[in-house]
Amino acid sequence: MSLGVAVFLVMAIVIVLSAWGVVVARNPVRSALSLVINFFTLALLYFGMHFDLLGISQILVYTGLIMMLFLFCILLLNLGAPDTLFEPSLFKRSIAWFTGGVLVLAVASQVIGPLAVADAGPSAPQGFGEAGSVGKALFTGWVYAFEIASVLLLVGIVGSILLAKRRD
Amino acid sequence: MLETLAATEPAQGDSVWWALLRIAIMLGFVLAIVPGLIWWERRLLSWFQDRIGPNRVGPFGLLQPIADGVKLFFKEDITPATVDRLLYFLAPAIALFPAFAIWATIPWGPDARLTPIADVDVGILYILAISSLGVYGLFLGGWASNNKYSLLGGLRSAAQMVSYELAMGVALACVILATGSLRLTEVVNMQFEPLWGVVPWMQNWFILTPWGFVAGIIFLITMVAETNRAPFDLPEAESELISGFHTEYSSMKFAVFFMGEYATMLAFSGIFAAVFLGGWSPLPLNWEYLALRANDASLPWLASALTFIGGPIAAPIWMVGKMFGGITFYVWLRATLPRLRYDQLMNVGWKYLLPIAALNFVVVAIWMQFGWFALLGALVVLFLLYVNVVVFLARGRRDGDDEMLTLVNPQVHTEKTIEVSRS
Repeated sequence: MSLGVAVFLVMAIVIVLSAWGVVVARNPVRSALSLVINFFTLALLYFGMHFDLLGISQILVYTGLIMMLFLFCILLLNLGAPDTLFEPSLFKRSIAWFTGGVLVLAVASQVIGPLAVADAGPSAPQGFGEAGSVGKALFTGWVYAFEIASVLLLVGIVGSILLAKRRD
Repeated sequence: MLETLAATEPAQGDSVWWALLRIAIMLGFVLAIVPGLIWWERRLLSWFQDRIGPNRVGPFGLLQPIADGVKLFFKEDITPATVDRLLYFLAPAIALFPAFAIWATIPWGPDARLTPIADVDVGILYILAISSLGVYGLFLGGWASNNKYSLLGGLRSAAQMVSYELAMGVALACVILATGSLRLTEVVNMQFEPLWGVVPWMQNWFILTPWGFVAGIIFLITMVAETNRAPFDLPEAESELISGFHTEYSSMKFAVFFMGEYATMLAFSGIFAAVFLGGWSPLPLNWEYLALRANDASLPWLASALTFIGGPIAAPIWMVGKMFGGITFYVWLRATLPRLRYDQLMNVGWKYLLPIAALNFVVVAIWMQFGWFALLGALVVLFLLYVNVVVFLARGRRDGDDEMLTLVNPQVHTEKTIEVSRS
């Protein structure tokens, strides 16, 4: 087993466990922390595939900012452990198990299939996803979409300020 | 050992062993230097405050950090009864992680085999990303302590760090725009060019250029805020929050928080040195050029001395010296400035630093694209526009347009807004 595969396996286990922790943890802060670990390890996986910019964006945007806002909201809302989430109906629970199992199978087939064929693994062309090429694409070909997205976000910010500052 | 390594991997230093060596050097340096920093801060602070400071343990009190460490090791580790045990235990570790991880892309010298640990082409973004993780340890520590003051400290640190990250990012974006590279080693090497492109015997340190000066000052302010140091130490304000997020921490857990803070301070000093202060060059002088001139003037000893000063062997010394300078600056600020009020903190971050940084970004863009003359013209137009807006706003205020005022000016202590809130 090569070093790369070993590192991948360790990180994959951490990713799966932390994703599991998100839904299993009773405490919302622990759930959020599991999600933070999940996002961060995912970024490490991107680094392993030489998608540096993607990994950095993952850490910067998701781990650093979005999850921080999640935690902020959780703390401000002062959520406790959700005791009401227990589902008593056996019928609904069996349906949940069934759909969950189908989802696991679907994902697993996509993971195990390529491994069984012993493919060299997914590979991108040289320079794909580098900071320079992404920046060039973002500010030349996709500049209108980019700017419109930023205006949209600005509208969202202004709207939320208006809602928060509205006086009766 | 080193020779065999060098024989197998001559120039690149791509092997695992070189990487491990780089990591070991960095970790050893940070772990060894942090106690020294604490001693330096305490001595310097006491001189600023006209005291003597710790001078009893060892010469000049140099062994004081060791005594402190022993004391912290053997103190009782108190865990309050109502904390969230898992997160309370994890928080110091989470706080320490970014403090060390941030060192990965900071270059110390020109030798690519020994430094930086990973010379990735997203180095500056990496620093921003990792420093954005720094808030989790404080935040979770504050929350897990199950203490209102700690929670307040954690909330404050989260809001503060997210706010100041923006201005820091834009300030660094100016440098990225000017250098066209996200690689920190390239940013440093770009600063070894002639000053402003015209002064051959000086180096183009970015702090010496107009846009770099503005970006550097903004970075300096935001880096103090990011490390939660005075005057931005609201998350641990002793007088109001009783140390904030680490109130409930004792013994080694507290020491780990403490160590993380100092390691981060040192790292940010290093980043500032690398991005704005010419990295591993001691003075903004073009050493190679000066050595050539000394040779021309038949002063070979001066030439060799200049080559040594600018060379790879002395480089880490200057870099570490600049880091110490950064720490000294931190202590100086702490001894000089009183803590900001919370609204002042937010005002400075959002209303001054971020717009100035963004304006500076536009200035760099215009300069890069159209040159100095266009930039001067644009600045004149901007100034006139600004004056217009200020005059317009001032007139609006005199007219007593309160509806508008409350949106743009939420200061609670002026008479005008108190009237508004009554109505």
